[in-house]
Amino acid sequence: MRLRRKRRIVRAVRKSRELHKVQDRTHLIRPNDLLLFCTFRNEAVRLPYFLSYYRDLGVDHFFFVDNDSTDAGVEHLIGQDDVSIWHTQGSYKSATFGVDWLNWLQRKYAHDHWTLVVDPDEFFVYPFCDTRSLRALTDWLDASSIRSFSAMLLDMYPKGRLDEQPYVAGQNPMEIASWFDSGNYTISKNHSMGNLWIQGGPRARVFFPDQPERAPALNKIPLVKWNRRYAYASSTHTLLPRGLNQVYDEWGGEKASGVLLHTKFLDTFTAKAAEELERKQHYAASVEYKAYAASLRDDPDLWCKWSEKYINWRQLEILGLMSKGNWA
Amino acid sequence: MSVGIVMLVHTALDRAEQAARFWAMGGCPVVIHVDVNVPKKTYIAFTKALSDIPAIKFSKRFRCEWGTWGIVAASQAASELMLAEFDDVRHVYLASGSCLPLRPVQELVDYLADRPRTDFIESATTADVPWTVGGLDHERFTLRFPFSWKRRRFLFDKYVELQRKIGLKRKIPAGLVPHMGSQWWCLTRQTLSAILQGPDRKEYDTYFKQVWIPDESYYQTLARQYAIEIESRSLTLSKFDFQGKPHIFYDDHLQLLRRSDCFVARKIWPHANRLYEAFLTDPSGAMKRTEPNPGKIDRIFAKAVERRTRGRPGLYMQSRFPNEDWENGVTAAPYSMFQGFTEIFENFEPWLAKATGARVHGHLFHPDRVEFSEGQTTLNGALSNSAEARDYNANAFLTNVIWNTRGERQCFQFGPGDNQDINWKVAKDPNAQISVISGAWSVPLFRSNLNFLDIRKEAARLQKLESDHLDVLRSPYAKARIRIWTMAEFVEAPMEPLQGILDEIGLTHARRLSEVPKLADLAGFGQFLQNLKNQGMHPYLMGDFPVALGPKPVQDPPRKPYLVR
Repeated sequence: MRLRRKRRIVRAVRKSRELHKVQDRTHLIRPNDLLLFCTFRNEAVRLPYFLSYYRDLGVDHFFFVDNDSTDAGVEHLIGQDDVSIWHTQGSYKSATFGVDWLNWLQRKYAHDHWTLVVDPDEFFVYPFCDTRSLRALTDWLDASSIRSFSAMLLDMYPKGRLDEQPYVAGQNPMEIASWFDSGNYTISKNHSMGNLWIQGGPRARVFFPDQPERAPALNKIPLVKWNRRYAYASSTHTLLPRGLNQVYDEWGGEKASGVLLHTKFLDTFTAKAAEELERKQHYAASVEYKAYAASLRDDPDLWCKWSEKYINWRQLEILGLMSKGNWA
Repeated sequence: MSVGIVMLVHTALDRAEQAARFWAMGGCPVVIHVDVNVPKKTYIAFTKALSDIPAIKFSKRFRCEWGTWGIVAASQAASELMLAEFDDVRHVYLASGSCLPLRPVQELVDYLADRPRTDFIESATTADVPWTVGGLDHERFTLRFPFSWKRRRFLFDKYVELQRKIGLKRKIPAGLVPHMGSQWWCLTRQTLSAILQGPDRKEYDTYFKQVWIPDESYYQTLARQYAIEIESRSLTLSKFDFQGKPHIFYDDHLQLLRRSDCFVARKIWPHANRLYEAFLTDPSGAMKRTEPNPGKIDRIFAKAVERRTRGRPGLYMQSRFPNEDWENGVTAAPYSMFQGFTEIFENFEPWLAKATGARVHGHLFHPDRVEFSEGQTTLNGALSNSAEARDYNANAFLTNVIWNTRGERQCFQFGPGDNQDINWKVAKDPNAQISVISGAWSVPLFRSNLNFLDIRKEAARLQKLESDHLDVLRSPYAKARIRIWTMAEFVEAPMEPLQGILDEIGLTHARRLSEVPKLADLAGFGQFLQNLKNQGMHPYLMGDFPVALGPKPVQDPPRKPYLVR
């Protein structure tokens, strides 16, 4: 395991040569600042809301890796003082789906900082997020000697066809994709890495009804008090050293946890799926995107009678998707 | 007469400054102790910021590491300074920098003036309270703790172990009875000066320097020696979680704190601007004479501890994934599993739904499909009816069904032809009510139009499966409410078992069954079983079914439903 971790780090250092600095504002980072790391490609339309959402939570500095976008996303970011940007033409896939790039940036800049690693379509929700800032959460985690915080991916979707309501820049995507599946998740334990493997949700229900084992993983650990010895092993699903994956209680109690609202399913998705299928840069030979493309040709409605409409974090906590743990 | 505040400060000095000013403005002198770990520059800036108020003094600085003597030394020095400098102080209140006064200072002063001889200090003997976390209670007083718990955990643990092994013990000074309690106290000048100026102080100090977490026992023990009237409670509201860490208060606790009847709360998150604003700028307005309801605070924090240690029964999620047999509730709610009833009765499902008001599903674990009630394609929680998805993790499917439908009783049919992966899970679940009519799976075969050889094969397979299942149900590990009848005994008298099952589900108010489901026509069934036997396949799970030999003299008219009044 130590070898595996070292290998990840060596890999990150090697892949760092693919990164080119576009804007560096890292000298403005103060000790204890909350940092956010994100890789994206052609997400210009999502960035304005993304930035304002996380600034409101209290993120102090953003690290972006632009994987060769062809739209105006980077122009939008340039000039903002809490943003540092790197550009790469490297292959997303051979950089272990972007993990290597971010591992290196985190190793270099995030030591001893609380860091959040999310995609542009993921919105972090945690207990009391409507009344307490992210700083309150990380202070509490520090006081409780907790180093990593789990937030499961919750796929959000609109009612009706995906392309029915167009998304405009700056809009809250949860206004359109406001529905989710509340109770069809299955969990198994990955004994070698110590993490939980969660599958289910609308993607398993609609795209993989006959092959549930191929449905995408939903477990994520996006918030970590980073140390330069740490590394993400595969996306933000698993961390090394393994102790960081112990974000769940095994004796009946509940640890505190959050949710990543995943707003992938907007009108932009159909075009994105077609492009990603072309690029073949995603996990397991893009099996996910193949399945999407197949289903999307028919009427893509993920909504069903038992879909829940998103209200707030308390609703998610009552439904048992996240927990306050002993934070009160 | 006034109240002196001794304040121990180590972080968030800006908040400490605010609180100190508040006390001083209210007429209470303040002595502040700042931890040595605070850099000198910061310390000097801090003292300078408060230099405009003569009633605020700073005492000699010590290193205050949690669990060590430093905190007691700090409070001793600060208290001595307080008693020496401010003659009119009658009560001394020990507070920290993250304490927030909840009520106007004058109220505290008046309250204490009414009780001039009372010491408010939580103080209980170690034998009587289960407060301690980590197993060290009485041993705090009899072992030595030279190693830091925070920085040298390994040595700390090893040294404790070693002392236990070789039976090393310290002597508690004569006359002392160890007491423990909250470290935040309010003592009278008489008691405090007696502790600080007592003839045995040197001996006691030497002893307590080696006690584990002396700030929770030094004053608590010695106050018992000198105090005239001890009220064993802390005036500081402070809640602890399951690891013994104090809970932290945030802006959204404002209403809650307003309803507390305590004078001071800790610990406050330093960035809780609204709390500081509300209680420090306009204290009389903050406590808007709302009816105090301290019980509510207790409940909220007790619930948090309960959630962290016990969790919600039957919930499996990202941060609660209990090991087998540690679930504290395998499933979320009681439910019923029926095996063999739809085979024997013609209209069992609608009848059951009507009789109990519960949600009655078909075979949820049917090999080819998921038979949700009323033929739905999805169930609560957007559970899909894909058999593949269900079989991918059948146990999770079951626990999801029960969790998603909390508040509504679930019943489902089961049989040896279904997915058997859940057998152990259900058998070990105290929420499960399992009713089995063994051998009833043979009725559909009896009615089927299959070749007899195929029937024989299928019967052998199902009998083996059901027999294995019955072994599970009869194992000593089974915790469900289990009833098993052979088909023969059930058919003979179906009323009583049905009544028993319904009574246990207990949803209807009807005292007696007014309507029973219709028994299937079993004429010729005995002969069918005999034929199986003749083929060398002995069906034994049905019990002894009479074989009607020879041609029946008269065809019975079809049975009418039972009617019992």
